[in-house]
Amino acid sequence: MSLGFQELEAAERPPTIMTSRLEGELLEVSMGPQHPSTHGVFRMNVALDGEIVRKLKPVFGYLHRNHEKIGENTSYLGSMPYTDRLDYFCSMTNNWAYALSVEKLAGIEVPERAEYLRVILAELTRLQNHASLLGFLLSDMGAWGTPLMYAFREREKILDLFESLSGSRMMCDYMRFGGCRVDASPEWLARAKEVVNRFPKFLDEFENLIVENEILIARTQNVGKLSPGLAISAGITGPMLRACGVNYDIRKVDGYGYYPRFKFRIPLGEHGDTYDRLMMRALEMRESIAILNQAFEQIPAGPVMNPKVKIRAFKPPVGEAYGRIEAPKGELGFYLISDGSSNPYRYRVRPPSFINLTILEDLCLGHTVADVMVILGSVDIVMGEVDR
Amino acid sequence: MIGTGILKGMAVTARNFVGSYFEKERLITVQYPEERSPLPENYRNFPFLIYDTEDAEAGLRCVACKICEKECPPQCIYIVKSEDKKPDYMGKPQFYPKIFDIDISVCMSCQICVEVCPFEAIKMDKVFELSTRERFDALRQGKDELSKSNTYYHSIHPIEAAEVDAKLAEAAAKKKPAAAPAAPTAGTSKSTPPSGS
Amino acid sequence: METLAEIKARTETVAPGARLEIVSNGSPSQQASLRIDNEHAVEIARFLRDDPELRLDFCSNVTGVDWLDRTIKKTVKVKQVVDGVEKEVDQISEEVIPGYLEAVYHLYSIARKHGPVIIRMRTADRTAETQLPSLTSIWRSAEFQEREIFDLYGIHFDGHPDLRRILMWDEFEDYPMRKDYREPDDYEYEPTPHDDVLEKAKRHYAPRPQLDGAEKITAQP
Repeated sequence: MSLGFQELEAAERPPTIMTSRLEGELLEVSMGPQHPSTHGVFRMNVALDGEIVRKLKPVFGYLHRNHEKIGENTSYLGSMPYTDRLDYFCSMTNNWAYALSVEKLAGIEVPERAEYLRVILAELTRLQNHASLLGFLLSDMGAWGTPLMYAFREREKILDLFESLSGSRMMCDYMRFGGCRVDASPEWLARAKEVVNRFPKFLDEFENLIVENEILIARTQNVGKLSPGLAISAGITGPMLRACGVNYDIRKVDGYGYYPRFKFRIPLGEHGDTYDRLMMRALEMRESIAILNQAFEQIPAGPVMNPKVKIRAFKPPVGEAYGRIEAPKGELGFYLISDGSSNPYRYRVRPPSFINLTILEDLCLGHTVADVMVILGSVDIVMGEVDR
Repeated sequence: MIGTGILKGMAVTARNFVGSYFEKERLITVQYPEERSPLPENYRNFPFLIYDTEDAEAGLRCVACKICEKECPPQCIYIVKSEDKKPDYMGKPQFYPKIFDIDISVCMSCQICVEVCPFEAIKMDKVFELSTRERFDALRQGKDELSKSNTYYHSIHPIEAAEVDAKLAEAAAKKKPAAAPAAPTAGTSKSTPPSGS
Repeated sequence: METLAEIKARTETVAPGARLEIVSNGSPSQQASLRIDNEHAVEIARFLRDDPELRLDFCSNVTGVDWLDRTIKKTVKVKQVVDGVEKEVDQISEEVIPGYLEAVYHLYSIARKHGPVIIRMRTADRTAETQLPSLTSIWRSAEFQEREIFDLYGIHFDGHPDLRRILMWDEFEDYPMRKDYREPDDYEYEPTPHDDVLEKAKRHYAPRPQLDGAEKITAQP
């Protein structure tokens, strides 16, 4: 499948910059943890040969608070607000992944309206995550402020929607196992519809800003190329995997929620470079808008909470379950083992941005140190989730 | 031609720059302390306790059942239950919290205390300008600071408060035949007249 | 996709001598798993990845689980003669299962779009023999996740290319995700102490005089 947006064909792309090896020792540089482009407290130990990266070791743990241990010491309900703080850009999808796993563990059914609301909120989350990612990525490349502010302006409208529905902009804590906490009013749905209807205008404008920009093309095309084989083996998921041309989207494969009811396409990349990863986000936002428009039309009336579910003193049967969803950053999974008590015996988060960093060294080798920031930006990490 | 992409981008920037003078949508920042964007009905910040009638001490709905203390994920609520019973706003003798502290430096505004409270006694506030000069005790809110009237609740969450009132009234109406004979005796024995009903 | 029993049967033909066991799962999720033995683990993993029917090329989630020593009480009804009358008497037998550490791998197939197949490996015990073979050579995605298990659970993965602590700092000694981990006594003053914080507070600070005796009342009902 062709992307159709590339101005330059692969043959015309400039070859990767490779200078001849300099004489002398490798210079070891510690990048981060206090660095504006590391998206939080993330450090990389980089060995440089001139400006070329020869070795790169990521160092984690600056934001580690042992989320999993907290989860094991808290009730099933009490873990829900903590999941907001994993990937603090996408609390709605975190909630959904956790709720889905608990629902699998205890065999809970979710009312139809709640499933629709979840789809709507997850896709709104995807819109705001991808929009701000594009802004941050451009900021990493040196386009300070301007594109980021445009992206944040759009994100603000979606956060306002979250706020008026759940009460909080980022720490939504909205979903519960067996449904959603509060129902969305018709006015809220109308407002959301309006925001979504205006979103393509922003996308057109933003694509005008970046897609053909020669500087951006020079900085991103052929930088950080990832082969499909390595991507699959390294467990890369989400837009990063699809940028390599691997057609794997959990929304289609697992068909969780009511995604099989919606018509949407999965954008695929061809080269697996930073440019494709960047465009993958722009194209996914278009598809999210398509899903949202269908969801607004189809959403039925009814309850948003399964009345049989006890929120307090919730004790699922003994057993284990792994539930996963397609979060904006990749596959977000929760693995829960229940011993029949009110706390999970094992509570494991499968963080997409952590596992997507597995191949960071492979992507950066042979590129200049300035490209490391661009590649890291295109991986799309949030340290709250990487370090947990 | 090389450079057209950059020019296109420049046009977008120019449109946004000029547009920010004319279109509200392109300039959404608010000059905060002077101007404020309105908070939505559902906005939540930190919990507070509701009392009915005029008296904060006698009208407190909380009966110190400690469910919220147990369920609070970051464990920021501290309750010490009373040893004696006092008539509540309905005139029924109930335990009351001797101490009810919320450490708002620990609270993460998750609203779980509100969800689990069976007495509609704890609700979410909208006050967010709470900075203090001291880290610990200044951010611990005691019972006096936490208690706020139902009227205040109506002023911040009008729709939700009306629903809660309707629910409580319904529950009271159901209980009335059974509770009616008990109420006066409880009131006289403690020499405080039941203010509600 | 094949059932787990079929996968087990086919794996046994490929890796002769391998001891496989289906671990049942009582929850409604119906996700039973396959326990593989440590000696044949890499061989079995390669088979699962490369077999054209299965093609489990995507190792999604790798995680550790700590199982403490458990005592399982079994109640069996036994007929006994009590005072000349035959009666059914409950006989309680106790079985102690020694603790072990477990590594769980959730495998999916991107090529054939099925899954999950869950495999698990167990260490011999929790203290001395905590070695497991590393599957990083089969699935690269296990690299950081096995490091994380080593960091938090203390399972040593033989054959891992870079087994260092990942989330905790290098000098850290204990394994924080183990069930018997005791956190260091680093109590910090909290204005609202209860339960175990209160216990700690009592050890570190004088009671709060301004509360007029209330500190004597514990958080217990």
